[in-house]
Amino acid sequence: MSHEKFETNVIILIIGILITISIGGLVQLVPLYTMEQTIEEVDGMRPYSPLELAGRNIYVREGCYTCHSQQVRPFRDEAERYGHYSLAAESMYDHPFQWGSKRTGPDLARVGGKYSNDWHVAHMIDPRSVVPESIMPGYPFLAEKDLGFDDAADHLGTLRVVGVPYTDDQIANAAADLAAQANGEEGDTDALLARYPKAVVGDFDGDPARVTELDAMIAYLQMLGTLVDFTTFKPEMAQR
Amino acid sequence: MAQKEHDALTGTETTGHEWDGIKELNTPLPRWWVYLLWVTVIWAVVYYVLYPSWPIGLGDYTKGVLGYSSRAELAKELEAVKQSRAGWLQRFEDSTVEEVAGDPDLLNYAMAGGRVIFADNCAPCHGSGGQGAPAYPVLADDDWIWGGTLEDILFTIRYGVRATHDETRLSEMPNFLADEIITAEEAGEVTDYVMSLTGAGVATVAGQTVFMEQCAACHGEDGKGLKELGGPNLADGIWLYGEGRDAVMAQLGNPRHGEMPAWVGRLDDVSIKQVTVYVHSLGGGQ
Ligand code: HEC
Ligand code: HEC
Ligand code: HEC
Repeated sequence: MSHEKFETNVIILIIGILITISIGGLVQLVPLYTMEQTIEEVDGMRPYSPLELAGRNIYVREGCYTCHSQQVRPFRDEAERYGHYSLAAESMYDHPFQWGSKRTGPDLARVGGKYSNDWHVAHMIDPRSVVPESIMPGYPFLAEKDLGFDDAADHLGTLRVVGVPYTDDQIANAAADLAAQANGEEGDTDALLARYPKAVVGDFDGDPARVTELDAMIAYLQMLGTLVDFTTFKPEMAQR
Repeated sequence: MAQKEHDALTGTETTGHEWDGIKELNTPLPRWWVYLLWVTVIWAVVYYVLYPSWPIGLGDYTKGVLGYSSRAELAKELEAVKQSRAGWLQRFEDSTVEEVAGDPDLLNYAMAGGRVIFADNCAPCHGSGGQGAPAYPVLADDDWIWGGTLEDILFTIRYGVRATHDETRLSEMPNFLADEIITAEEAGEVTDYVMSLTGAGVATVAGQTVFMEQCAACHGEDGKGLKELGGPNLADGIWLYGEGRDAVMAQLGNPRHGEMPAWVGRLDDVSIKQVTVYVHSLGGGQ
């Protein structure tokens, strides 16, 4: 009567449940780690710069994902509206990913470069000032709040623990890189661009005196979907 | 195993398990439920055979006899769309924007396509009907900063204004006050002169002199703008950055500049031609 052993002993029951559930999980997960096709090989994808990462954290904090997806699915209508379908490689450094499941507003996976910084500033502060019919809430406080970035290096370090390949160099220079990207010309942007190619540099929020949360948010939005070099991407190698 | 035993009260068979004198009844799952379970199992097997499913080591997986791939499917669909539109696309590619606007068929097609492209990409800045917004020019009037012919509009849309593209339209108004090009007094006089261009206030000769020396190069001697230099018309009462004396003064001490993204690369050439013709038709095409 092994049945009875499980039913009368809580510890054995728990161990039994754990083993059973693990089998299900392992069967689903482990093969993905062994398959080369899981994440396509692409050129251009890099970990986020410290400023972009700070913007991403605010994006998560404010729950933008409740209204915006970041995933162009491989369907004709989406390809025609948003551009190339999203690749797994494009969220390989996302912890957690921001694919989302609800589109009250448009998909944002390819929004980088679509609008000017000025437009983003006006839109984030009061969406209806530029899109009268918009139902998106305003986030005017982002422009007022200074971005605290003493812990920039810690954020990079934490992500390295979960597998994002930040180098020692990148972690050591995190705060400097963040300031350089947000201050535009002033800082050492050559070093920044060497560490984070294609990073958009500038005074994003129109207030050069301060680095605000809005600077970080717009830096993040302007990067979205722009990293992968699609001229060298071979779709036939990544079909599934 | 205990032999089959029936619960006295309900008559249901028990499982033989007993806790503190309470016996567990054996109530099997309903038949229909069990059948459904088997249906899903069979479904899964059929699915495994037809579709990509099992990892088979060495970094590979079974592709399924249908060879299905959502990305290949999309590529096929887009190719089919391209084929079905091939005649049209070719005609657009071979035509200049003037020819498109002159051909009733192409014009019709461009207007329908252009409206959709405009709504997705341009409306957030220029308004859903091209009616503009503060700092974003109206496209539905005949006041053009960079020119209102089809060719001008095509160029603006392709390469943008102060955008990141190498060919982009570029021009920058100097910061007259901060760089001490003119004095505060001269600024007041030239502002009065600019106001007088739209019939507000009185111009002084001093103001006119400053205008001719400092501003005419970009805004034209008559203040009606110079398209080559992107200096907007100051004499038509249409303002990007607000109406009135204060707004003009502000532009002298802290000049604002609009940025319009370049669309080449983001939109294909046929789409750009369509939206050009659409914008041109909004009311003010020249
Ligand atoms: C209540 C739902 C909602 C939330 C929450 C929300 N948005 Fe939006 N968003 C919208 C809608 C609707 C639109 C489309 C209308 C417009 O452009 O304002 C939009 C548009 C946008 C656009 C322009 C996209 C395009 O391609 O035109 C951006 C960028 C954007 N949102 C960013 C954000 C960010 C960043 C946050 C979080 C701070 C956020 N949104 C939160 C609903 C939302
Ligand atoms: C990020 C906001 C933004 C978006 C999106 C945008 N524009 Fe513009 N556009 C501008 C600004 C700002 C100007 C004015 C530039 C200047 O000040 O010289 C402009 C200027 C123009 C002009 C020239 C107007 C003139 O008077 O000469 C045309 C034509 C135009 N846009 C068409 C389009 C079309 C078509 C699209 C969509 C494919 C589009 N724009 C998308 C911001 C935008
Ligand atoms: C080097 C060229 C240049 C010179 C010189 C110049 N401007 Fe401008 N000005 C511009 C440009 C370009 C813009 C439009 C910026 C934009 O499109 O966003 C502009 C915009 C303006 C505007 C705002 C128009 C509006 O619609 O809101 C005013 C007012 C103005 N200029 C006044 C002057 C005055 C007065 C002078 C002389 C003291 C002057 N400008 C000299 C290039 C110039």
